[in-house]
Amino acid sequence: MPVWQAIYQELRDQNFVVIAVALDSAGAAAAREPIEAAGPPPEMAAVLKNLMGWDDDVWSRIGRATYPCLIDEKHVVAELYDMVNVPTAVWIDERGRIVRPPESGGSTDSFRKMDPTTFALPEDAATAARKARSVYLEAVRDWVKNGERSRHAYKREEAIRRTRKPTEVAALASAWFRLGKYFQEKGDLAAAQKYLKKAVGLRPESWNFRRQTYVLADPALTGQLNSQPEFFADVAALGDKLYYEPVDMEGMPKRD
Amino acid sequence: MATTVLYHDKVSQIADASADGDHLWVPVANLERAGGWQLKPEGACKGEACVPLPRDGSWLRGDRFDLAALARHVGEPVVHDDEGRVWLFAEPAEIKRSRLQSGEAPDFALPDLSGRIHRLSDYRGKKVLLYAWASW
Repeated sequence: MPVWQAIYQELRDQNFVVIAVALDSAGAAAAREPIEAAGPPPEMAAVLKNLMGWDDDVWSRIGRATYPCLIDEKHVVAELYDMVNVPTAVWIDERGRIVRPPESGGSTDSFRKMDPTTFALPEDAATAARKARSVYLEAVRDWVKNGERSRHAYKREEAIRRTRKPTEVAALASAWFRLGKYFQEKGDLAAAQKYLKKAVGLRPESWNFRRQTYVLADPALTGQLNSQPEFFADVAALGDKLYYEPVDMEGMPKRD
Repeated sequence: MATTVLYHDKVSQIADASADGDHLWVPVANLERAGGWQLKPEGACKGEACVPLPRDGSWLRGDRFDLAALARHVGEPVVHDDEGRVWLFAEPAEIKRSRLQSGEAPDFALPDLSGRIHRLSDYRGKKVLLYAWASW
């Protein structure tokens, strides 16, 4: 979250705000540390910067978030916007209309090439990650400056067309997820896991659902970059399929 | 033992309800408390909107009404635990779709770390980058 502070600080005078929503079942307990931090832990900083594709300029300006950072234990926003992964970003104009639908926000599959022990990225993957991020950030700047005249802001009909709408199966999966959350709140983690897995079974493309099953299985995993063996196995199982759909934007590197 | 009914965002404990597979038989007297429905001559109603009951009478069994059958009929996803003690009724996919089909960004109200509630609509008049993330 500290890194988006750099973008917020840069553009806030142009009537722009970032609203971060933490899709964390563990709620504030899990999200507080990254929200309140002025930056990532020093030993992870270089690795994260590279993995996420942030450039030196943005990275030099990170700081503690002063924009709204909200907590969404029940994944209300994911359900409303049919989001299946994080990070997912949506552009909303001054009238409250969606001008870019949910998309990855410049995150790419480059992370899949990292070294499993050092988390280092090969140089070509790191370059592609930086390129994707910078194309996305330039588009954000262009939209903030030019509004509806920005070529990156879709007209109403196009924005609607590009916004995925929840299917019957997606709505049913969300209902199972909610039932799982109910049992989690009651402290019945075995039942919670059972019903969360029904959600995953109906909607395997939802990494938001999957992530909560990993964390529920071992709450100590929360916040640990390196302790998600099931996650990495599931990502590897994607094979040629993408984890992040590339943002459809001029200049964005295509999948490699 | 009472049955827990999670109807959209409302939670109620309904005594004397009985689960039978994917059917949930709720005493007619508790139908409104469980799901906001009232039985009228026109059918099962919420305010002015009524759903006619099937002619075969399959939703009624004595003084109990099959809330799950009614909910599925109006497109609500219905799920329940294995024991049939907790039932969850959610918003129909059609309503979720029509909300996004309007082009308006769906509004929500969520707390920040201090517990203060923020609505998306509080930020009307600004460009908003809505950014969903997770700490993991």
